[in-house]
Amino acid sequence: MAEREQKKKTATTERADEVVEDVPAASATGEKLKAELDDLLDEIDEVLEDNAEEFVRNYVQKGGE
Amino acid sequence: MATPKVCGIETEYGIHVVNGDPNPIAASSVLINAYAQHVARQQTGWDFEDEAPGNDARGFAREGSMPPQVETHLVNTVLTNGARYYVDHAHPEFSTPECRDALECVRYDRAGELILIRSMEAADLAVHDGSQLVVYKNNSDGKGNSYGAHENYLMDRAAPFTRIVAGVTPHFVTRQIFAGAGKVGAETATHDGNPVDFQLSQRAEFFEEQVGLETTLKRPIVNTRDEPHADPHRYRRLHVIVGDANLAEVATFLKVGTTSLVLAMIEDDISSDRNLALADPVTAMHEVALDRTFTRPLRMADGSRATALSVQWELFSLARKYADDRGLECMGDEAIGEEVLTRWETVLHGLETDPMSLSRQLDWVAKLQLLEAYQDRHGCGWDDHRMAALDLQYHDLRPSRSLFARLDTERIVDKDAVESAITEPPRGTRAWFRGQCLKKWPAAVVTANWDSLVFDLGTDPLRRVPMMDPLKGTAEHVEELLEACTSPSELLDRLSS
Repeated sequence: MAEREQKKKTATTERADEVVEDVPAASATGEKLKAELDDLLDEIDEVLEDNAEEFVRNYVQKGGE
Repeated sequence: MATPKVCGIETEYGIHVVNGDPNPIAASSVLINAYAQHVARQQTGWDFEDEAPGNDARGFAREGSMPPQVETHLVNTVLTNGARYYVDHAHPEFSTPECRDALECVRYDRAGELILIRSMEAADLAVHDGSQLVVYKNNSDGKGNSYGAHENYLMDRAAPFTRIVAGVTPHFVTRQIFAGAGKVGAETATHDGNPVDFQLSQRAEFFEEQVGLETTLKRPIVNTRDEPHADPHRYRRLHVIVGDANLAEVATFLKVGTTSLVLAMIEDDISSDRNLALADPVTAMHEVALDRTFTRPLRMADGSRATALSVQWELFSLARKYADDRGLECMGDEAIGEEVLTRWETVLHGLETDPMSLSRQLDWVAKLQLLEAYQDRHGCGWDDHRMAALDLQYHDLRPSRSLFARLDTERIVDKDAVESAITEPPRGTRAWFRGQCLKKWPAAVVTANWDSLVFDLGTDPLRRVPMMDPLKGTAEHVEELLEACTSPSELLDRLSS
């Protein structure tokens, strides 16, 4: 019985973790956002596929569903 | 009173082979087998006994329509979280288990992404020919080929299908303003050769009819597949093919949450005083995707004009009142229903005042912000190949390559909850019984599908356990029973007694 109660409790806790919490509105200024975006663009320059044209051309899928 | 909105998402992923045999069917099989053998270490097959995707909700099959074929020879597995993971046509497809609410649906959709990521890693270890399998969570290849991300909602069979079509069409046409995943360019003939820089939706331009059975040709806004996977006298499963696959959790949450609410209102026969019927839903669908000013008026059936945003505000107001009058029990959890309404309102307000402020919540905004920033830095235009490359790579699931993963989008499901959803089934639907039986007696469950499990007890004949009610077989119903049984024979004896 005790074990069962424990299990139930765990499940409830896990469920609570899932519940959406209000996130405060982005307090970052436009400058900060721009700086973050700049860092992101630096990173994207690193990981973007080398030959964009070929990369896009080679991505061919069959229709699905 | 509306039927509880049990829901799920089936996602067909794009698959690309780098330096190897490009056959997508073989690649998808390798991918899923690698996961089943090396990660899940379990392989219970799918049972096709009850598949009938050709049944039409309108009670007839239209002349010349093409019901989808069921392929039984391809890889098809059921996981301990109650999900189905298989090769569908030429794509790996992950169907979440039946979820009790929109937030749980996000949790399992995200778990699906992790399962695909782990499948790629397992395939990397299993394949030694220098090739690599890469999976994309998107809906089009940019060349006119689209694949789906379908939602499913449990509905009351008593709600007339014509009322469902009328009630849900305005929502399906306009919800893309927050649920769209964004796309560079256009790829169908719907644009009459006019140049298109960016669309809100990956899928919108592929829709050609308002209502129909097909999913691959002449795609309809409302799909009539009548395959309830449940007691057909009580339930309907609305199979929704109109959406994009979302990576942003808030977008998925809103897509499923708002649709659940709209469907509940249809069941309870709540409708707007304003006539929300569109004069031409298909054209409107294409127009909405192209308008990111949210000011373009759509032609309504009564001759008036309305913007997509105003249609959404009307649906929101209706839902707000519905919740106040009748409560949100149908949403699985009142608090989650309230969260849907709060976020719906916030997002509509954001779209009205400053759409780019929603870059942490919506896929199309996150993608557009990235594309515009890239254009600024590199001085390139929309026709630059790098725009399409960025679009594609936004959806690449590899953590090393994914652009989405590099963005600071809002997470609404706890990381550990996503991790546990890879193996644990939802507690509040029949997926719980399916998943726990697979976990407990993997060798005895020979096949499974949505509405039954087939056991091999070592004695003839095989025993089928029907699960015709998605709301039974929950942890609340059968946890104690399953814990008490020491063998599948005991379980079956006790179930039949």
